[in-house]
Amino acid sequence: MNGFFHIPSDLQNSYFGLIGLHLREALIPVLAGLVVSLPLAQLCVRFRWLYPPVLWVTTVLYAIPSLAFFVVLIDYTGMSETTVMIPLSVYSLVVLLPAIVDAVRSVPQETLAAATAMGFGPVRRYLHVQLPIAVPAIIAGLRVATVSSISLVSVGMLIGNQGALGNLLHDASIYNRPVYAVNSVVTTAVLAILVDAVLVLIRVLLTPWMPSGARRGGRKAAGNRTDAAVPALEEAAR
Amino acid sequence: MNVLNFIQAFFSDGSHWHGYDGIPTRVAEHIQYSLQALAIAAAIGLPIGLVTGHYGRGGNTLALVATGSRSLPTFGLLVLMVTWLGFGLTPVMIPLVVLAIPPVLVTTYEAVRSVDPSPVDAARGMGMHESRILFQVELPGALPLILGGLRSAAIQIVSTATIAAYVGLGGLGRYIIDGLYQRNYEKVVGGATLVALMALVTIGVFWAISRITVSPGVRRSG
Repeated sequence: MNGFFHIPSDLQNSYFGLIGLHLREALIPVLAGLVVSLPLAQLCVRFRWLYPPVLWVTTVLYAIPSLAFFVVLIDYTGMSETTVMIPLSVYSLVVLLPAIVDAVRSVPQETLAAATAMGFGPVRRYLHVQLPIAVPAIIAGLRVATVSSISLVSVGMLIGNQGALGNLLHDASIYNRPVYAVNSVVTTAVLAILVDAVLVLIRVLLTPWMPSGARRGGRKAAGNRTDAAVPALEEAAR
Repeated sequence: MNVLNFIQAFFSDGSHWHGYDGIPTRVAEHIQYSLQALAIAAAIGLPIGLVTGHYGRGGNTLALVATGSRSLPTFGLLVLMVTWLGFGLTPVMIPLVVLAIPPVLVTTYEAVRSVDPSPVDAARGMGMHESRILFQVELPGALPLILGGLRSAAIQIVSTATIAAYVGLGGLGRYIIDGLYQRNYEKVVGGATLVALMALVTIGVFWAISRITVSPGVRRSG
């Protein structure tokens, strides 16, 4: 069958329609996670004692399997997109929070002191000094959160076909057409890689002061963690 | 509280504690799947991470591999593998291993690379062979971070091994999938609680491993 992009009619959507739906279900949660984690991270930086308990709570939330999360939420939000997006927002929050806290904390004291000496108030100092310096680490966290969010949307298929591209998996088994499953996996993976590339591009645009060849610098460049996306996630479980 | 009632009802029901669908059996199955997947992922990720980290080369390739394997949807991969390979343990192991490799690989690479270079140079100056430098100097120094990578892989495996139930295998996912189709939320919440508890136990186990294996000198400085 050469109709690789053929979408069975029961999904009531075109190929690109499914992609749009998938992106919406994956990216809105990441944005929500970012919007919540920025102020929460600032609180954790301000009040150090708050960070360990918050980290514990988020680690436990992260350990709840997405499917169980969906099913429990059906009681409250029904078999809808919202039910898929709430757990994904929580997972994004868990990945982003430690990345942002570490990034904001790692801004050197001299830089902060210089900003204060130049007459920056706390708000301006945060927006114009701390946040821009934290951008590489925030983007590293966003990359992990986005890619895993795009991958997890597919699980939404199990709660009444809310999985966008994942719905093709169900059709693959009921119509016995493996090509649908191949289409779903390949499209999701390509989508994730493209969005990842866009995030890298955004980082390059937002941090014009960073040398483009920085990563190819000397061996053993300790502390060069701008791209160490996984250690940021690893931090979540600390 | 709705959810708390479900949890209480699930764990106080005696029929959930024995038989082939009992909690002990399902927990044992879940542990078996998780350990197997973690062992395979470690067997692939650790050696590659150690060697590339030691020579400090291939970081970009590793990042590419990690991004690629992270972007593969775990659930989709499972369904695809089942349609290709039929039912069994292998189609479940493949997505779990793919899920676990990026954290193990990238963290090991970064850990070995970021070991303080002065002891490594000292060891080389004393005439130590490259393989001894790797195993006796770099590995002990990098161990805390490497264990951290393994732990985050283990937590992700434990929470994702629930998908094994979707293709007819056991494990704690059984409660979640069966509960979903039987509209039995008590079962779903009970299964999810058990998985979350297992993730906490995993954190505890890794903490104990790092207490035992990480040299006191490294622990103090780190």
